[in-house]
Amino acid sequence: MAEYSWPSQGSTALIGKDHDRTDGIEKATGAAKYAYDQAPEKMLFAKILGCPHAHCRVLKIDTSAAEKVRGVVHVAVMKKWEDDKGNKLVPEVRWQGDHLACVAAESEAAAALGVAAIKVEYEMLDVFVKEEDLEAAKTAERTEEGRADVQLAAEPGEEVDEDEFADQEFSRLFKEAAVVVEGEYGIQPITHMCLEPHGSTLYWEDDKLIVYHSTQNVSGAGGNFAEILGITRGDVEIRCDFVGGGFGSKFAADPWSATAAEISKATGRPVKMMLDRDLELKIAGNRPSGFIKVKLGADQEGVVTVWDSVHWGTGGAKGGGVSKDNFPYVFNPPNRRRKQIGIVTNADPDRAWRAPNHPQACAITQTAYDDIAAKLGIDSYDVFRRNLDSVSPKKAGISMAGTYLEQMEIAAKLIDWKAKWHPHGKGEADGSIVTGLGMAIHTWGGGGHPSKCTVKVHPDGGVETSLGSQDIGTGTRTAIGMVVAETFGLPLSAVKVHIGSSKYPESGPSGGSTTIGGVCESNRRASQDALEKLMALVAKKLKVDAGNLEAKGGRIQEKDNTDNGLSWKDACSLLGMKPLEVNGTYARGKEESPLSSSQVGGVQMAEVAVDRETGVIKMKTFVAVQDMGLVVNPKTAKSQIYGAVIMGIAYALFEERIMDGETGAFLNCELTDYKLPRLGDVGEIVVHLHEPESEYKRGVVGLGEPPVISPGAAISNAVANALGIRVPVLPLTPKRVLDAIEKGGKA
Amino acid sequence: MQDQEQLHPPAAQPFEGGFSRRAFLRGSGAAAAASALATGQGLAEAQEKTKPKVTSGKGISTIQLTVNGKNYSAQVETRTTLIEVLRYQLKLTGCKPVSNDGVSGASTVWVDGKLVSASTTLALACVKKKIQTVESLGGSKPDPVATAFVHNDAMQCGFCTPGFVVAVRAFLDKNPKATEEQIRAGLNGNICRCGTYANVIQAALEVVKGGK
Repeated sequence: MAEYSWPSQGSTALIGKDHDRTDGIEKATGAAKYAYDQAPEKMLFAKILGCPHAHCRVLKIDTSAAEKVRGVVHVAVMKKWEDDKGNKLVPEVRWQGDHLACVAAESEAAAALGVAAIKVEYEMLDVFVKEEDLEAAKTAERTEEGRADVQLAAEPGEEVDEDEFADQEFSRLFKEAAVVVEGEYGIQPITHMCLEPHGSTLYWEDDKLIVYHSTQNVSGAGGNFAEILGITRGDVEIRCDFVGGGFGSKFAADPWSATAAEISKATGRPVKMMLDRDLELKIAGNRPSGFIKVKLGADQEGVVTVWDSVHWGTGGAKGGGVSKDNFPYVFNPPNRRRKQIGIVTNADPDRAWRAPNHPQACAITQTAYDDIAAKLGIDSYDVFRRNLDSVSPKKAGISMAGTYLEQMEIAAKLIDWKAKWHPHGKGEADGSIVTGLGMAIHTWGGGGHPSKCTVKVHPDGGVETSLGSQDIGTGTRTAIGMVVAETFGLPLSAVKVHIGSSKYPESGPSGGSTTIGGVCESNRRASQDALEKLMALVAKKLKVDAGNLEAKGGRIQEKDNTDNGLSWKDACSLLGMKPLEVNGTYARGKEESPLSSSQVGGVQMAEVAVDRETGVIKMKTFVAVQDMGLVVNPKTAKSQIYGAVIMGIAYALFEERIMDGETGAFLNCELTDYKLPRLGDVGEIVVHLHEPESEYKRGVVGLGEPPVISPGAAISNAVANALGIRVPVLPLTPKRVLDAIEKGGKA
Repeated sequence: MQDQEQLHPPAAQPFEGGFSRRAFLRGSGAAAAASALATGQGLAEAQEKTKPKVTSGKGISTIQLTVNGKNYSAQVETRTTLIEVLRYQLKLTGCKPVSNDGVSGASTVWVDGKLVSASTTLALACVKKKIQTVESLGGSKPDPVATAFVHNDAMQCGFCTPGFVVAVRAFLDKNPKATEEQIRAGLNGNICRCGTYANVIQAALEVVKGGK
């Protein structure tokens, strides 16, 4: 077996060089087919009835009128009315939009009329959605309090009450601190807002279910369907050549798709079940909110010595919220007390949203760090730099503090920090416009997920690889092709990449920045093993040592006598009649792999202009410096960072879920009202891929999550620098900016 | 043929094109007005005036549509939108149903040379008009805007991309020498969730530079 490795940095033919994504023209011209685009013959259109109330019991559902609507073919009630023993159940709905019934019809319009004709009797229950208001949540008995987690530099003596000792220590530390900041910060919930909503187009072939599913989880979603439908996983085939956004919300089958499968079985017809936009926002994924009350102290240099926080927020009906483990984000001051309070609200349970927990933790704690700089009147850059000694993430063999420092220096140059910096609120105003700078730093694990693939080399020279992976926008197909082509010394166009079917070897779901690491692992392994076998045949034919052969420029040849070799095609003809088929397997965590690694760092800096009269914030420049180990395709890697920054600008300045406090209705659940940035709102974005040789040697890490983490804090800090006042809660809408100015920065 | 012409809502206004959100909203307004006429009391009044022949008991008529230079027949009800016909009858799925209100720009197509949202346009309103979809920019010789999108990686998940390609093509047809500032000001009718705007700007600039 070959020793798995990457070519040394600078010696590659394809890896590390810009490549257009291989499926780009299909996407650009509408030829790419998504789950939503599939239209098998005799297909029915299904729509679901979402509950209009945020908290109620469902007493009765009458579908008789719906069944009579012209064009309606089937109506399915989605709640259970009896338990397994035949006892009557009264379903409880705990968030608006929860699925009650599903109508399948000849057209979308008929399905919508059918949904409207369903009659439901409800019994209303108390609603709570005011998650930012901790006192109201306590009064409504909606809180889940955890124990505070305490870290102190000093040890309590024996027989001393630990809580009392902690109280005394924190009080002493705050007295001794040169500067103390007390503040409240927050970030509102947002939705995933996938442009292709959640759903499927599906049909049965005898007892086998074929699902064109909009998913990040081609190999895994079938098991989920099977479980719900009570069939075996082998009888479900998931197909997904393209998926219109997921961001962490598209791993499962989802109840509405499972119901569509049941309707398809009952009617013998294919069914398309895609959520309408309002339901997509109400029930198909959101990110928990986070609010914090914090007191922190630092020395006169701005090095934080003590942190004491209580934070709360919600993951909706399941409670929870942002994990306290990341507080304060990335930094680990010697003395730290943090308490988390979960709040149960009448909102859809959250789903993983790109870099779960991190963007909120960053946005509500690194803003507090920046306020230390503001209070001391010193440069925010210096405060971040001086606190690097306490950063908690670790990279194997590389100093994380060193990584951040290098990245800070690069970012500062790119945004011209030193020339543009002014102390908070002390910049020159141009009329009512003030400008400011802010920064934040982040980390993420990443690495590769478990992945299997089959690489086939045909006797005619054709090469293909198959794996049950998916491309959620990353450029996965292209990266896989590059790795196989690089290994075989072929052009990218010589490799056919098959993904998007659960019939292929199992590969992990696309979550947590693990896809590129995983698929590169399996494909490099399989290709290296295949090449070794092919080289053995070539060596025999040329009567040379296989160890002296290389695959380069479409040939297999002697390294030091390149004239002695065979073209790729001639080499493959030595295989005889049958193709060479090699499986590649990567099992995460089993061993240290030379091909992939985990943990990255990133530094981001923002320059904004704020109009003090209107409260409108405009992005001027945003700089993102990011490491990710070995960069496979810089072009698509940069796109991921541009995209993450723009998603960050979205939650920093524009988007939030707005609910009616009394009824729990999701008020801005249409695109007209759910504000997102447009092309003219993003300013200039500068991306730098940080890839010194030490990074390249770590192998592939993955990039999806990390660059989306810092924008909230970086932009909020820039606004605070411009105004000299903290706007405490994200998104920084004009109203929040004006309110903060009116209050003069006092909470 | 006679029937379908008479079913065509007589009060439907020509749709306004353009590239801004405002223009889309104007377009939606026109479509909404047509929709009200087609489905509500307005239609009855309109039909009274034009004395249409009843088509069939099921309210479905066959119409001819000209899409990308080809003639197609489609089975439609008065309420059927253009996007439904394009996607599920003609299998032209480049225009995407992102929201029913058309504000995402993902279902952008040309009707008689002007941009409309196919989600807020009734199929009946497009009879005798020239419809052009993103698919017309593909094929063996793709439009330079499509290739510039690929070259500048102005796509991630790709669901908004066809609508954006149409918007950029239409914008550059009107503004072939657009500056970066004009591009940033003029292409705000499309929403991308993955955040490809920075790449779209570069793609548009590349097309301007190439004079295509």
